[in-house]
Amino acid sequence: MLELSGRTALVTGASGDIGRAIARALHRGGASVALSGTRKEALGALAAELRDNVHVLPCDLADPGAVEELAPAAEAVMGSLDILINNAGLTRDNLALRMKDEEWDLVIAVNLTASFRLARAALKGMVKRRFGRIIGITSIVGVVGNAGQSNYAAAKAGMIGMCKSLAAEVAARNVTVNCVAPGVIDSVMTAALDERQRSALLARVPMGRLGTPEDVAAAVVYLASPEAAYVTGQCLHVNGGMAMI
Amino acid sequence: MSDVAERVKKIVIEHLGVDADKVTDDANFIEDLGADSLDTVELVMAFEEEFGVEIPDDAAESIVTVGDAIRFLDKATAS
Repeated sequence: MLELSGRTALVTGASGDIGRAIARALHRGGASVALSGTRKEALGALAAELRDNVHVLPCDLADPGAVEELAPAAEAVMGSLDILINNAGLTRDNLALRMKDEEWDLVIAVNLTASFRLARAALKGMVKRRFGRIIGITSIVGVVGNAGQSNYAAAKAGMIGMCKSLAAEVAARNVTVNCVAPGVIDSVMTAALDERQRSALLARVPMGRLGTPEDVAAAVVYLASPEAAYVTGQCLHVNGGMAMI
Repeated sequence: MSDVAERVKKIVIEHLGVDADKVTDDANFIEDLGADSLDTVELVMAFEEEFGVEIPDDAAESIVTVGDAIRFLDKATAS
């Protein structure tokens, strides 16, 4: 079992399926976790489930001021911030010909710009303490593209490039920066698909099943663990073989 | 030694883990004290915090020796 006891982690988007699984897995590994998101009730329910070593820090990542305050707040409440999971994300899908500037801007702001601001704020302490793990939850879409998601794919590809650059900047300080790129994960999003869409999707996955939030969380726990100390600037694909990169 | 000089040298010694006698006014952060580019950024941020001033990027680039930092901060805190 990968050991995270004594470590402190901030998970954004912790009220979503993948964020919740990540928070649970980090907590199970022994880390204290700060749960961030916009749905306070869902965050509270998860905190109640985890019981101890858990904090709720609601934050709207579309609000730049609130983003700046989030990492310092997590440090204040847990005493440090060792692990930052940039998981929060949203979609505003549309074909490019129909995409509005607002749809583009919001997706870039929440999925990419907020991730950078959080990383910048978290790095300050990580560099000083000579330890840190930043993990961005990107997407297969950021590597292979997807019709109707030019904004989302751009943000996710941007996250990969950003993480590689950050990784190069802080590697000498024992801070690693990596991405996890889920493929198609069984979640609220895929539950909306009908049977035909679902089987068409599955036909593209050699593993023959959708991924689970726990599949993604396991990759995150590995990258956060001491065992992954020499892994940085990487993007770990968790997609059942859907794309082999 | 002025108060500013003393505080600057203390930060440099602590941050870079170098002997106090190496931290002379002429000492170049990178060439003489073994700092890397991230160290210089961290030092600038530590100076900003200690002295409650903002050091713009172009000024930060011109601070290459301990003496440069002392002179800049002397001026910045005098005004």
